[in-house]
Amino acid sequence: MWPIGLAPIVYLLICFATGNLGSNPIDFVTRTLGDWTLRILLATLALTPIRILTGQAWPITLRRLLGLFAFAYVTLHFAVWIVLDFFFDWQQMAVDIVKRPFITVGVTALVLLAPLAATSTAGMIKRLGARRWRQLHRLVYVAAVLGVLHFLWLAKVGVRTPWIYVAVLAVLLGVRVVDALRRRARHARL
Amino acid sequence: MLIRRAPMFRSSEITDEKLYLDRRSFIVGGAAALAALPVVADAKAPPGAPLKATRNAAFVNPDAPTKIEDATTYNNFYEFGLDKGDPSRLGHTLKTRPWTVKVEGLVGKPKTFDIDDILKTFPLEERVYALRCVEAWSMVIPWIGFPLSALLKQVQPLGAAKFVEFVTLNDPQQFPGQKVGIFGASLDWPYVEGLRMDEAMHPLTLMTVGMYGQVLPNQNGAPFRVVVPWKYGFKSGKSIVRIRLTADRPKTSWEKAAPQEYGFYSNVNPEVDHPRFSQATERRIGEFRRRKTLMFNGYADQVGSLYAGMDLRKNY
Repeated sequence: MWPIGLAPIVYLLICFATGNLGSNPIDFVTRTLGDWTLRILLATLALTPIRILTGQAWPITLRRLLGLFAFAYVTLHFAVWIVLDFFFDWQQMAVDIVKRPFITVGVTALVLLAPLAATSTAGMIKRLGARRWRQLHRLVYVAAVLGVLHFLWLAKVGVRTPWIYVAVLAVLLGVRVVDALRRRARHARL
Repeated sequence: MLIRRAPMFRSSEITDEKLYLDRRSFIVGGAAALAALPVVADAKAPPGAPLKATRNAAFVNPDAPTKIEDATTYNNFYEFGLDKGDPSRLGHTLKTRPWTVKVEGLVGKPKTFDIDDILKTFPLEERVYALRCVEAWSMVIPWIGFPLSALLKQVQPLGAAKFVEFVTLNDPQQFPGQKVGIFGASLDWPYVEGLRMDEAMHPLTLMTVGMYGQVLPNQNGAPFRVVVPWKYGFKSGKSIVRIRLTADRPKTSWEKAAPQEYGFYSNVNPEVDHPRFSQATERRIGEFRRRKTLMFNGYADQVGSLYAGMDLRKNY
Protein backbone atom coordinates (compact mmCIF):
# COMPACT_ATOMS: atom_id res chain seq x y z
CA MET A 1 0.00 0.00 0.00
CA TRP A 2 2.87 2.37 0.81
CA PRO A 3 4.33 2.45 -2.73
CA ILE A 4 0.84 2.96 -4.18
CA GLY A 5 0.04 5.71 -1.71
CA LEU A 6 3.32 7.51 -2.33
CA ALA A 7 3.23 7.12 -6.11
CA PRO A 8 1.54 10.46 -6.88
CA ILE A 9 4.08 12.32 -4.74
CA VAL A 10 6.95 10.49 -6.41
CA TYR A 11 5.40 11.39 -9.77
CA LEU A 12 5.27 15.06 -8.80
CA LEU A 13 8.88 14.97 -7.59
CA ILE A 14 10.01 13.42 -10.87
CA CYS A 15 8.08 16.05 -12.83
CA PHE A 16 9.70 18.74 -10.71
CA ALA A 17 13.20 17.29 -11.18
CA THR A 18 12.78 17.06 -14.96
CA GLY A 19 11.23 20.53 -15.22
CA ASN A 20 8.02 18.94 -16.37
CA LEU A 21 5.41 20.57 -14.16
CA GLY A 22 3.98 22.53 -17.08
CA SER A 23 3.51 26.24 -17.61
CA ASN A 24 1.63 26.81 -14.38
CA PRO A 25 3.48 24.49 -11.96
CA ILE A 26 1.81 25.69 -8.76
CA ASP A 27 -1.62 25.13 -10.24
CA PHE A 28 -0.59 21.69 -11.51
CA VAL A 29 0.81 20.60 -8.15
CA THR A 30 -2.20 21.93 -6.22
CA ARG A 31 -4.64 20.22 -8.55
CA THR A 32 -2.74 16.91 -8.58
CA LEU A 33 -2.61 16.82 -4.78
CA GLY A 34 -6.31 17.70 -4.61
CA ASP A 35 -7.26 15.04 -7.16
CA TRP A 36 -5.42 12.35 -5.20
CA THR A 37 -6.89 13.50 -1.89
CA LEU A 38 -10.35 12.91 -3.27
CA ARG A 39 -9.47 9.66 -4.97
CA ILE A 40 -7.86 8.20 -1.87
CA LEU A 41 -10.71 9.45 0.30
CA LEU A 42 -13.23 7.77 -1.98
CA ALA A 43 -11.07 4.63 -1.88
CA THR A 44 -11.34 4.57 1.90
CA LEU A 45 -15.10 4.85 1.53
CA ALA A 46 -15.12 1.98 -0.97
CA LEU A 47 -13.77 -0.56 1.50
CA THR A 48 -16.97 -1.14 3.45
CA PRO A 49 -19.00 -1.53 0.22
CA ILE A 50 -16.43 -4.09 -0.96
CA ARG A 51 -16.88 -5.92 2.35
CA ILE A 52 -20.65 -5.75 2.01
CA LEU A 53 -20.66 -6.95 -1.57
CA THR A 54 -17.99 -9.66 -1.32
CA GLY A 55 -18.36 -10.72 2.30
CA GLN A 56 -14.56 -10.38 2.67
CA ALA A 57 -13.25 -8.61 5.78
CA TRP A 58 -9.65 -7.94 4.68
CA PRO A 59 -10.40 -4.66 2.82
CA ILE A 60 -11.10 -3.01 6.16
CA THR A 61 -7.50 -3.60 7.23
CA LEU A 62 -6.43 -1.13 4.53
CA ARG A 63 -8.64 1.65 5.76
CA ARG A 64 -6.45 3.26 8.39
CA LEU A 65 -3.41 3.60 6.10
CA LEU A 66 -5.52 4.87 3.22
CA GLY A 67 -7.24 7.34 5.51
CA LEU A 68 -3.92 8.66 6.74
CA PHE A 69 -2.69 8.98 3.16
CA ALA A 70 -5.80 11.01 2.33
CA PHE A 71 -5.05 13.28 5.26
CA ALA A 72 -1.41 13.59 4.19
CA TYR A 73 -2.47 14.61 0.68
CA VAL A 74 -5.01 17.15 1.86
CA THR A 75 -2.41 18.65 4.20
CA LEU A 76 0.07 18.94 1.32
CA HIS A 77 -2.65 20.39 -0.92
CA PHE A 78 -3.42 23.03 1.71
CA ALA A 79 0.28 23.66 2.40
CA VAL A 80 0.96 24.30 -1.29
CA TRP A 81 -1.95 26.73 -1.33
CA ILE A 82 -0.59 28.59 1.68
CA VAL A 83 3.09 28.58 0.74
CA LEU A 84 3.34 28.49 -3.04
CA ASP A 85 0.09 30.01 -4.17
CA PHE A 86 -0.40 32.76 -1.61
CA PHE A 87 3.07 32.84 -0.04
CA PHE A 88 1.75 33.39 3.48
CA ASP A 89 -0.53 36.27 2.49
CA TRP A 90 -2.74 35.44 5.49
CA GLN A 91 -5.07 38.36 4.92
CA GLN A 92 -5.82 37.40 1.33
CA MET A 93 -6.26 33.77 2.34
CA ALA A 94 -8.66 34.66 5.14
CA VAL A 95 -10.71 36.73 2.70
CA ASP A 96 -10.79 33.83 0.27
CA ILE A 97 -11.78 31.31 2.92
CA VAL A 98 -14.70 33.46 3.94
CA LYS A 99 -15.79 34.78 0.55
CA ARG A 100 -15.33 31.80 -1.74
CA PRO A 101 -17.77 28.98 -0.93
CA PHE A 102 -15.59 26.35 -2.56
CA ILE A 103 -12.67 27.28 -0.30
CA THR A 104 -14.89 27.44 2.78
CA VAL A 105 -16.07 23.87 2.30
CA GLY A 106 -12.56 22.73 1.43
CA VAL A 107 -11.01 24.10 4.59
CA THR A 108 -13.94 22.74 6.62
CA ALA A 109 -13.38 19.27 5.16
CA LEU A 110 -9.71 19.44 6.10
CA VAL A 111 -10.54 20.55 9.64
CA LEU A 112 -13.00 17.65 9.97
CA LEU A 113 -10.37 15.14 8.85
CA ALA A 114 -7.81 16.32 11.42
CA PRO A 115 -9.37 14.67 14.49
CA LEU A 116 -9.83 11.51 12.45
CA ALA A 117 -6.12 11.39 11.66
CA ALA A 118 -5.29 12.18 15.28
CA THR A 119 -7.44 9.33 16.59
CA SER A 120 -6.41 6.76 14.03
CA THR A 121 -4.29 4.60 16.33
CA ALA A 122 -5.41 1.50 18.25
CA GLY A 123 -4.50 3.33 21.46
CA MET A 124 -6.96 6.07 20.54
CA ILE A 125 -9.74 3.57 19.88
CA LYS A 126 -9.20 2.24 23.39
CA ARG A 127 -9.18 5.72 24.91
CA LEU A 128 -12.35 6.84 23.20
CA GLY A 129 -14.13 3.55 23.39
CA ALA A 130 -15.41 1.78 20.29
CA ARG A 131 -18.77 3.52 20.21
CA ARG A 132 -17.48 7.12 20.57
CA TRP A 133 -14.67 6.42 18.12
CA ARG A 134 -17.14 5.12 15.54
CA GLN A 135 -19.35 8.16 16.01
CA LEU A 136 -16.39 10.52 15.59
CA HIS A 137 -15.21 8.78 12.47
CA ARG A 138 -18.58 9.17 10.81
CA LEU A 139 -17.33 12.70 10.15
CA VAL A 140 -15.58 11.19 7.14
CA TYR A 141 -18.93 11.19 5.35
CA VAL A 142 -19.30 14.92 5.88
CA ALA A 143 -15.69 15.49 4.84
CA ALA A 144 -16.18 13.47 1.67
CA VAL A 145 -19.31 15.38 0.69
CA LEU A 146 -17.59 18.72 1.39
CA GLY A 147 -14.53 17.59 -0.55
CA VAL A 148 -16.60 16.70 -3.60
CA LEU A 149 -18.49 20.01 -3.32
CA HIS A 150 -15.14 21.81 -3.14
CA PHE A 151 -14.20 20.25 -6.48
CA LEU A 152 -17.65 20.78 -8.00
CA TRP A 153 -17.80 24.44 -7.06
CA LEU A 154 -14.35 25.36 -8.24
CA ALA A 155 -14.77 23.77 -11.65
CA LYS A 156 -15.62 26.11 -14.45
CA VAL A 157 -18.46 25.71 -16.88
CA GLY A 158 -17.81 22.87 -19.29
CA VAL A 159 -15.59 20.81 -16.97
CA ARG A 160 -17.49 17.67 -16.05
CA THR A 161 -14.96 15.56 -14.11
CA PRO A 162 -16.33 16.57 -10.69
CA TRP A 163 -19.65 14.97 -11.58
CA ILE A 164 -17.90 11.62 -11.88
CA TYR A 165 -16.78 12.02 -8.27
CA VAL A 166 -20.34 12.95 -7.29
CA ALA A 167 -21.60 9.77 -8.93
CA VAL A 168 -18.96 7.58 -7.28
CA LEU A 169 -19.62 9.10 -3.86
CA ALA A 170 -23.36 8.63 -4.34
CA VAL A 171 -22.84 4.96 -5.14
CA LEU A 172 -20.48 4.41 -2.20
CA LEU A 173 -22.87 6.07 0.24
CA GLY A 174 -25.82 4.41 -1.44
CA VAL A 175 -24.45 0.92 -0.82
CA ARG A 176 -24.20 1.73 2.89
CA VAL A 177 -27.71 3.11 3.02
CA VAL A 178 -29.19 0.06 1.29
CA ASP A 179 -27.19 -2.24 3.55
CA ALA A 180 -28.33 -0.41 6.69
CA LEU A 181 -31.96 -0.59 5.58
CA ARG A 182 -31.60 -4.31 4.84
CA ARG A 183 -30.05 -4.98 8.25
CA ARG A 184 -32.79 -3.03 9.96
CA ALA A 185 -35.44 -5.01 8.09
CA ARG A 186 -33.73 -8.27 9.08
CA HIS A 187 -33.63 -7.23 12.75
CA ALA A 188 -37.26 -6.21 12.63
CA ARG A 189 -38.22 -9.63 11.40
CA LEU A 190 -36.35 -11.46 14.20
CA MET B 1 17.28 59.85 -9.79
CA LEU B 2 14.92 62.22 -11.52
CA ILE B 3 13.75 59.66 -14.04
CA ARG B 4 10.01 59.37 -13.77
CA ARG B 5 9.01 55.82 -12.99
CA ALA B 6 6.84 54.18 -15.62
CA PRO B 7 3.26 54.38 -14.39
CA MET B 8 2.47 50.73 -14.96
CA PHE B 9 5.63 48.66 -15.09
CA ARG B 10 8.76 48.54 -12.97
CA SER B 11 11.96 49.55 -14.74
CA SER B 12 13.60 46.43 -13.29
CA GLU B 13 11.38 44.36 -15.58
CA ILE B 14 12.98 45.60 -18.80
CA THR B 15 13.21 42.77 -21.26
CA ASP B 16 16.59 41.13 -21.53
CA GLU B 17 17.20 42.07 -25.15
CA LYS B 18 19.54 39.20 -25.86
CA LEU B 19 17.01 36.75 -24.45
CA TYR B 20 14.24 38.25 -26.51
CA LEU B 21 16.19 38.51 -29.77
CA ASP B 22 17.69 35.05 -29.41
CA ARG B 23 14.37 33.47 -30.27
CA ARG B 24 15.70 30.87 -32.61
CA SER B 25 18.16 29.23 -30.27
CA PHE B 26 15.55 29.67 -27.54
CA ILE B 27 13.06 27.62 -29.53
CA VAL B 28 15.62 25.05 -30.62
CA GLY B 29 17.09 24.77 -27.12
CA GLY B 30 13.66 24.59 -25.57
CA ALA B 31 12.47 21.97 -28.02
CA ALA B 32 15.64 19.92 -27.47
CA ALA B 33 15.28 20.11 -23.70
CA LEU B 34 11.65 19.09 -23.95
CA ALA B 35 12.45 16.25 -26.33
CA ALA B 36 14.85 14.82 -23.73
CA LEU B 37 12.13 14.58 -21.08
CA PRO B 38 10.57 11.18 -20.39
CA VAL B 39 7.05 12.29 -19.49
CA VAL B 40 6.38 14.80 -22.27
CA ALA B 41 3.00 14.28 -23.85
CA ASP B 42 2.21 17.60 -25.38
CA ALA B 43 4.89 20.18 -24.59
CA LYS B 44 6.62 20.43 -27.93
CA ALA B 45 5.42 23.14 -30.31
CA PRO B 46 7.40 23.14 -33.58
CA PRO B 47 8.39 26.60 -34.85
CA GLY B 48 6.07 27.96 -37.52
CA ALA B 49 6.77 29.82 -40.74
CA PRO B 50 8.49 33.18 -40.09
CA LEU B 51 6.37 36.29 -40.48
CA LYS B 52 7.90 39.69 -41.08
CA ALA B 53 6.53 42.64 -39.15
CA THR B 54 7.66 46.06 -38.03
CA ARG B 55 7.75 46.58 -34.31
CA ASN B 56 5.44 49.39 -33.20
CA ALA B 57 7.26 50.95 -30.25
CA ALA B 58 4.08 52.66 -29.06
CA PHE B 59 2.60 49.29 -28.16
CA VAL B 60 5.38 47.42 -26.37
CA ASN B 61 4.89 46.13 -22.85
CA PRO B 62 8.30 46.40 -21.13
CA ASP B 63 7.81 43.19 -19.12
CA ALA B 64 9.71 40.09 -20.22
CA PRO B 65 7.74 38.19 -22.88
CA THR B 66 6.50 34.79 -21.81
CA LYS B 67 8.51 31.83 -23.07
CA ILE B 68 7.14 30.65 -26.40
CA GLU B 69 6.91 27.09 -25.07
CA ASP B 70 4.44 28.27 -22.45
CA ALA B 71 2.49 30.53 -24.82
CA THR B 72 2.03 27.66 -27.29
CA THR B 73 1.29 24.80 -24.88
CA TYR B 74 -0.80 26.41 -22.12
CA ASN B 75 -3.96 27.37 -23.93
CA ASN B 76 -7.68 27.65 -23.34
CA PHE B 77 -9.27 26.69 -26.64
CA TYR B 78 -12.29 24.52 -25.89
CA GLU B 79 -12.76 23.79 -29.60
CA PHE B 80 -9.86 21.38 -29.17
CA GLY B 81 -10.67 20.16 -25.65
CA LEU B 82 -10.95 21.31 -22.08
CA ASP B 83 -7.38 20.64 -20.95
CA LYS B 84 -4.76 23.34 -21.31
CA GLY B 85 -2.60 20.84 -23.17
CA ASP B 86 -5.27 19.79 -25.67
CA PRO B 87 -4.94 22.66 -28.19
CA SER B 88 -1.22 22.05 -28.79
CA ARG B 89 -1.63 18.28 -28.73
CA LEU B 90 -4.66 18.16 -31.05
CA GLY B 91 -4.20 21.38 -33.02
CA HIS B 92 -2.97 19.64 -36.16
CA THR B 93 -6.51 18.87 -37.38
CA LEU B 94 -7.22 22.54 -38.04
CA LYS B 95 -6.80 23.48 -41.70
CA THR B 96 -5.81 27.12 -42.00
CA ARG B 97 -5.87 27.15 -45.83
CA PRO B 98 -8.10 27.94 -47.59
CA TRP B 99 -9.50 30.46 -45.08
CA THR B 100 -11.90 33.31 -45.68
CA VAL B 101 -13.23 35.99 -43.38
CA LYS B 102 -16.69 37.32 -44.21
CA VAL B 103 -17.18 40.92 -43.08
CA GLU B 104 -20.88 41.74 -43.23
CA GLY B 105 -23.83 43.34 -41.49
CA LEU B 106 -24.30 47.08 -41.14
CA VAL B 107 -21.49 48.02 -43.54
CA GLY B 108 -21.51 49.94 -46.79
CA LYS B 109 -19.11 47.57 -48.55
CA PRO B 110 -19.44 44.01 -47.23
CA LYS B 111 -16.51 41.86 -48.30
CA THR B 112 -15.20 38.34 -48.02
CA PHE B 113 -11.44 38.47 -47.49
CA ASP B 114 -9.10 35.62 -48.24
CA ILE B 115 -6.54 35.28 -45.45
CA ASP B 116 -3.64 35.62 -47.89
CA ASP B 117 -5.15 38.88 -49.20
CA ILE B 118 -5.35 40.11 -45.62
CA LEU B 119 -1.67 39.32 -45.11
CA LYS B 120 -0.79 41.29 -48.23
CA THR B 121 -3.16 44.22 -47.80
CA PHE B 122 -2.59 45.37 -44.23
CA PRO B 123 0.92 46.35 -43.08
CA LEU B 124 1.89 44.03 -40.24
CA GLU B 125 3.08 45.39 -36.90
CA GLU B 126 4.64 43.61 -33.98
CA ARG B 127 3.12 44.62 -30.64
CA VAL B 128 3.95 43.24 -27.22
CA TYR B 129 0.74 42.98 -25.22
CA ALA B 130 -0.11 41.62 -21.81
CA LEU B 131 -2.89 39.02 -21.94
CA ARG B 132 -4.83 38.35 -18.74
CA CYS B 133 -6.97 35.26 -18.51
CA VAL B 134 -10.11 35.40 -16.38
CA GLU B 135 -8.67 32.41 -14.51
CA ALA B 136 -6.11 34.80 -12.94
CA TRP B 137 -3.01 33.93 -14.93
CA SER B 138 -1.35 36.11 -17.54
CA MET B 139 1.28 36.22 -20.24
CA VAL B 140 3.15 38.85 -22.23
CA ILE B 141 3.09 38.01 -25.93
CA PRO B 142 4.67 39.67 -28.97
CA TRP B 143 1.75 39.53 -31.41
CA ILE B 144 1.87 40.33 -35.13
CA GLY B 145 -1.15 41.98 -36.72
CA PHE B 146 -2.84 45.21 -37.66
CA PRO B 147 -5.50 47.39 -36.03
CA LEU B 148 -9.11 46.28 -36.54
CA SER B 149 -9.94 49.89 -37.38
CA ALA B 150 -7.97 49.53 -40.62
CA LEU B 151 -10.10 46.55 -41.67
CA LEU B 152 -13.35 48.24 -40.67
CA LYS B 153 -12.45 51.40 -42.59
CA GLN B 154 -12.32 49.29 -45.75
CA VAL B 155 -15.88 48.01 -45.33
CA GLN B 156 -17.31 51.38 -44.24
CA PRO B 157 -19.43 50.81 -41.15
CA LEU B 158 -22.87 52.44 -41.31
CA GLY B 159 -23.98 54.90 -38.63
CA ALA B 160 -26.42 52.33 -37.31
CA ALA B 161 -23.60 49.91 -36.48
CA LYS B 162 -23.06 49.92 -32.72
CA PHE B 163 -21.33 46.59 -32.16
CA VAL B 164 -18.89 44.24 -33.84
CA GLU B 165 -19.44 40.50 -33.55
CA PHE B 166 -16.68 37.92 -34.09
CA VAL B 167 -17.60 34.37 -35.03
CA THR B 168 -15.14 31.48 -34.79
CA LEU B 169 -15.09 28.46 -37.09
CA ASN B 170 -17.63 25.77 -36.25
CA ASP B 171 -16.49 22.42 -37.62
CA PRO B 172 -16.32 19.28 -35.47
CA GLN B 173 -14.14 17.65 -38.13
CA GLN B 174 -11.41 20.20 -37.52
CA PHE B 175 -12.19 20.98 -33.88
CA PRO B 176 -12.49 17.68 -31.96
CA GLY B 177 -13.78 19.54 -28.91
CA GLN B 178 -16.88 20.51 -30.86
CA LYS B 179 -17.99 16.91 -31.19
CA VAL B 180 -20.99 16.37 -28.94
CA GLY B 181 -20.02 13.79 -26.33
CA ILE B 182 -22.16 11.87 -23.84
CA PHE B 183 -22.33 14.91 -21.60
CA GLY B 184 -23.33 17.27 -24.41
CA ALA B 185 -21.39 20.16 -25.91
CA SER B 186 -18.99 22.06 -23.66
CA LEU B 187 -20.07 25.39 -25.17
CA ASP B 188 -22.83 26.50 -27.51
CA TRP B 189 -20.89 26.58 -30.83
CA PRO B 190 -19.82 28.55 -32.79
CA TYR B 191 -17.78 30.66 -30.39
CA VAL B 192 -19.07 34.21 -30.52
CA GLU B 193 -17.45 37.32 -29.10
CA GLY B 194 -18.21 40.98 -29.48
CA LEU B 195 -17.08 44.54 -28.86
CA ARG B 196 -18.75 47.91 -28.69
CA MET B 197 -18.00 50.00 -31.79
CA ASP B 198 -15.62 52.34 -29.94
CA GLU B 199 -13.77 49.36 -28.43
CA ALA B 200 -13.48 47.82 -31.90
CA MET B 201 -12.16 51.04 -33.41
CA HIS B 202 -9.65 51.58 -30.58
CA PRO B 203 -6.01 51.53 -31.73
CA LEU B 204 -5.20 48.74 -29.26
CA THR B 205 -7.63 46.24 -30.81
CA LEU B 206 -5.44 44.05 -32.98
CA MET B 207 -6.47 41.66 -35.70
CA THR B 208 -3.71 39.12 -35.23
CA VAL B 209 -2.01 36.76 -37.66
CA GLY B 210 1.23 35.89 -35.92
CA MET B 211 3.27 35.80 -32.73
CA TYR B 212 6.97 35.53 -31.76
CA GLY B 213 8.03 36.37 -35.29
CA GLN B 214 6.11 33.49 -36.83
CA VAL B 215 2.68 32.63 -38.19
CA LEU B 216 0.07 31.95 -35.49
CA PRO B 217 0.21 28.34 -34.32
CA ASN B 218 -3.12 26.52 -34.55
CA GLN B 219 -3.47 26.34 -30.77
CA ASN B 220 -3.24 30.15 -30.55
CA GLY B 221 -6.15 30.80 -32.91
CA ALA B 222 -4.70 30.42 -36.39
CA PRO B 223 -4.88 31.86 -38.91
CA PHE B 224 -6.77 34.99 -37.81
CA ARG B 225 -7.84 36.18 -34.40
CA VAL B 226 -8.52 39.36 -32.47
CA VAL B 227 -6.55 40.50 -29.42
CA VAL B 228 -8.17 42.94 -27.00
CA PRO B 229 -5.51 43.33 -24.31
CA TRP B 230 -7.52 45.29 -21.73
CA LYS B 231 -10.16 42.61 -21.43
CA TYR B 232 -10.07 39.07 -20.08
CA GLY B 233 -8.52 36.69 -22.59
CA PHE B 234 -11.71 34.91 -23.63
CA LYS B 235 -12.82 38.16 -25.32
CA SER B 236 -9.96 37.71 -27.80
CA GLY B 237 -11.74 35.37 -30.22
CA LYS B 238 -9.68 32.88 -32.18
CA SER B 239 -9.82 31.35 -35.67
CA ILE B 240 -12.31 33.95 -36.87
CA VAL B 241 -14.40 33.30 -39.99
CA ARG B 242 -16.99 36.08 -39.70
CA ILE B 243 -17.07 39.67 -38.53
CA ARG B 244 -20.54 41.19 -38.36
CA LEU B 245 -21.49 44.75 -37.57
CA THR B 246 -24.77 44.98 -35.71
CA ALA B 247 -27.10 47.43 -34.02
CA ASP B 248 -27.90 45.01 -31.16
CA ARG B 249 -25.35 43.82 -28.64
CA PRO B 250 -24.15 40.32 -29.55
CA LYS B 251 -24.74 37.50 -27.07
CA THR B 252 -21.25 36.18 -26.42
CA SER B 253 -20.60 32.49 -25.79
CA TRP B 254 -19.41 32.83 -22.20
CA GLU B 255 -22.25 35.21 -21.39
CA LYS B 256 -24.63 32.50 -22.54
CA ALA B 257 -22.79 29.74 -20.73
CA ALA B 258 -22.53 31.48 -17.34
CA PRO B 259 -24.07 34.95 -17.31
CA GLN B 260 -23.42 35.46 -13.60
CA GLU B 261 -19.70 34.90 -14.16
CA TYR B 262 -18.96 36.39 -17.59
CA GLY B 263 -20.30 39.68 -18.85
CA PHE B 264 -20.14 41.40 -22.20
CA TYR B 265 -17.51 43.93 -21.19
CA SER B 266 -15.22 41.69 -19.10
CA ASN B 267 -12.69 44.46 -18.63
CA VAL B 268 -9.75 43.42 -16.48
CA ASN B 269 -10.68 44.88 -13.10
CA PRO B 270 -9.03 43.92 -9.79
CA GLU B 271 -11.92 45.50 -7.89
CA VAL B 272 -14.64 43.34 -9.35
CA ASP B 273 -14.35 39.74 -8.22
CA HIS B 274 -15.35 36.73 -10.22
CA PRO B 275 -18.12 34.97 -8.24
CA ARG B 276 -15.83 32.04 -7.48
CA PHE B 277 -12.47 33.78 -6.91
CA SER B 278 -10.81 37.13 -6.50
CA GLN B 279 -9.44 39.08 -9.45
CA ALA B 280 -7.09 41.17 -7.34
CA THR B 281 -3.98 39.15 -8.16
CA GLU B 282 -2.71 37.00 -11.02
CA ARG B 283 0.02 34.49 -11.75
CA ARG B 284 2.29 35.73 -14.55
CA ILE B 285 3.28 32.47 -16.22
CA GLY B 286 6.97 31.90 -15.54
CA GLU B 287 6.97 33.85 -12.27
CA PHE B 288 6.80 32.42 -8.77
CA ARG B 289 5.01 35.10 -6.79
CA ARG B 290 1.58 36.43 -7.71
CA ARG B 291 1.29 39.93 -9.08
CA LYS B 292 -1.27 42.61 -8.36
CA THR B 293 -3.73 42.80 -11.23
CA LEU B 294 -3.81 46.21 -12.88
CA MET B 295 -6.96 48.09 -13.82
CA PHE B 296 -7.68 47.41 -17.51
CA ASN B 297 -4.61 45.14 -17.47
CA GLY B 298 -2.33 48.15 -17.35
CA TYR B 299 -3.98 49.92 -20.28
CA ALA B 300 -6.04 52.30 -18.16
CA ASP B 301 -4.58 55.50 -19.66
CA GLN B 302 -5.45 54.28 -23.10
CA VAL B 303 -8.96 52.87 -22.59
CA GLY B 304 -10.23 54.31 -19.31
CA SER B 305 -12.07 57.10 -21.11
CA LEU B 306 -14.23 54.58 -22.99
CA TYR B 307 -15.91 53.70 -19.72
CA ALA B 308 -16.16 57.09 -18.05
CA GLY B 309 -19.26 57.20 -15.91
CA MET B 310 -20.00 53.49 -16.38
CA ASP B 311 -20.61 51.31 -13.34
CA LEU B 312 -18.05 48.60 -14.03
CA ARG B 313 -19.43 46.40 -11.27
CA LYS B 314 -22.82 46.26 -12.98
CA ASN B 315 -21.28 46.11 -16.44
CA TYR B 316 -18.78 43.38 -15.69
